[in-house]
Amino acid sequence: MSDRLNVLKTYKLYVGGKFPRSESGRVYEVTTATSAAGAAGKGKWLANAPLASRKDARDAVVAARKAFGPWSGATAYNRGQILYRVAEMLEGRKEQFVREVAEAEGLSKSKAAVQVDAAIDRWVWYAGWTDKIAQVVGGGNPVAGPFFNLSTPEPTGVVVVLAPQESSFLGLVSVVAPVIATGNTAIVVTSEKSPLPALSLGEVLATSDLPGGVVNVLSGRTAEIATPLAAHQDVNAIDLAGADDVLAKELEIAAADNLKRVLRPQPVDYAETPGIERMTAFLETKTVWHPTGSLGASGSSY
Amino acid sequence: MPTTAPAAHALGDVTASDSTLRRFLHGLPGVDTVGLEARAASLGTRSIKTTAKAYAIDLAISMVDLTTLEGADTPGKVRALGAKAVHPDPTDRTTPTAAAVCVYPDMVATAKEAVAGSGVKVASVATAFPAGRAALDVKLADVRDAVAAGADEVDMVIDRGAFLAGNYMKVYDEIVAVKETCGTSARLKVIFETGELSTYDNIRRASWLGMLAGADFIKTSTGKVAVNATPANTLLMLEAVRDFRAQTGVQVGVKPAGGIRTSKDAIKFLVLVNETAGEDWLDNHWFRFGASSLLNDLLMQRQKLATGRYSGPDYVTVD
Repeated sequence: MSDRLNVLKTYKLYVGGKFPRSESGRVYEVTTATSAAGAAGKGKWLANAPLASRKDARDAVVAARKAFGPWSGATAYNRGQILYRVAEMLEGRKEQFVREVAEAEGLSKSKAAVQVDAAIDRWVWYAGWTDKIAQVVGGGNPVAGPFFNLSTPEPTGVVVVLAPQESSFLGLVSVVAPVIATGNTAIVVTSEKSPLPALSLGEVLATSDLPGGVVNVLSGRTAEIATPLAAHQDVNAIDLAGADDVLAKELEIAAADNLKRVLRPQPVDYAETPGIERMTAFLETKTVWHPTGSLGASGSSY
Repeated sequence: MPTTAPAAHALGDVTASDSTLRRFLHGLPGVDTVGLEARAASLGTRSIKTTAKAYAIDLAISMVDLTTLEGADTPGKVRALGAKAVHPDPTDRTTPTAAAVCVYPDMVATAKEAVAGSGVKVASVATAFPAGRAALDVKLADVRDAVAAGADEVDMVIDRGAFLAGNYMKVYDEIVAVKETCGTSARLKVIFETGELSTYDNIRRASWLGMLAGADFIKTSTGKVAVNATPANTLLMLEAVRDFRAQTGVQVGVKPAGGIRTSKDAIKFLVLVNETAGEDWLDNHWFRFGASSLLNDLLMQRQKLATGRYSGPDYVTVD
């Protein structure tokens, strides 16, 4: 039997629904986790991942801004369907993700499979929330006057998400899904050491009816990409989950310039049921007043 | 790729009759399409950074003919455009003013008022813009209106139908007549609508025809058709003005219009100007951009250079 040559995969960024290489042309080596079980698996080369530059970040913001109108304007029901479709597509490529997570985090196949299953279930969970979150955090308000007063949650806009450094897939899904479920668009900066599951997620999103630009995936040095994004005037919020204390402080200062919403890093067990905090963190409440009164002959008071 | 046109002494009588004009225009060397496009593309790969970029952005802002040519133009919109031309970025008064505002003839008076005292010029399209399908009397009346209202510049369209039918003398006579009507008070820009001329050879012929007839500026397009200014057709026109000055000593300006939306594109055009026509044209008296959304992108890039952080559309006006 002749040995077949390996078909190596070129991992690329995911920006605006396309798969570009980094504008800078740079890549960096991704290796297996150094804590990987078995001496042979330690620090083995896996792939070259793109090393995104600040121009890639800028392009991602443009793509995310362009996608924001249609995505936030889509019905919550439609967004739910699309997110569920993402879960379906993930299910079909489970094997690949199990392998990538096992290599990235140094887990056994079975432990990695638990992570991937949990991540797929989380997509389904957030898919269900899209048309329910408004009932939980919005609603009619009792007011002392002939008015009908209504509060609705509105998406914040373009959200930068620094994905968790350690949990390369479950953690990633747990921070990305809530942001887009509510109608925001996201720029995801992957885990620096283990970007491969995130880059593969981009391929899944591209085939899941998710409009291009709703999620943009950048791999590289977190500090290098996050700094211009935190200062970017056209970004509305930033989730610092993947930043260490020093970087988080710097980014929060930069983000203050145009009053971005900032979600500070906090210890999270991604295996737990997440609750709705990550969704409400990037929602704004809009309250409107409608005059009411005795209905006219036409059945309307207007 | 210099154009080797017939000797200078011949230029005096090429417009003597229809046949001499035709012989001259058809005697211009053919355009090497592949070479032209390759040259335009290769000049577009120059890397312009830091101080050179800051210079290029300020120069480009000073070259913008801020344009609104919509059926829905209101005096309010024209005034807003005028205010923007005078102070493109109100948060940074070191920003240069735009070169001109470009409007329809009936809005000239409003525009003139809006930019009064700022040095910003008012350009008016005329001659039955954008189609140019009207009798000469109507076209000239259009021009007279614009000039009487105080337009500093008139943008005329050529009769593409006559040009494509080979009736060069008719096109020539029209340009001459419009030039006379403009008199000394208004500079004349001649729009060829390069997207409708179909070949590069035609664009070269139109450029020479316009310059022979006395155009102060040659302009690519109206912005109303699918194909507008491209690096290649602008490069071709820049070669024409360069060669025309070499032969006659008369300098003519160039204005690409339509489809230039980003700073990157604008800077590519400036590279073309510098490398083809030369530094003499790197001034808003000789080179303009006909654009509207371009200015916002230039301003965002300028803010980025000044502050180090990327700007966004929330920090420039909505036109």
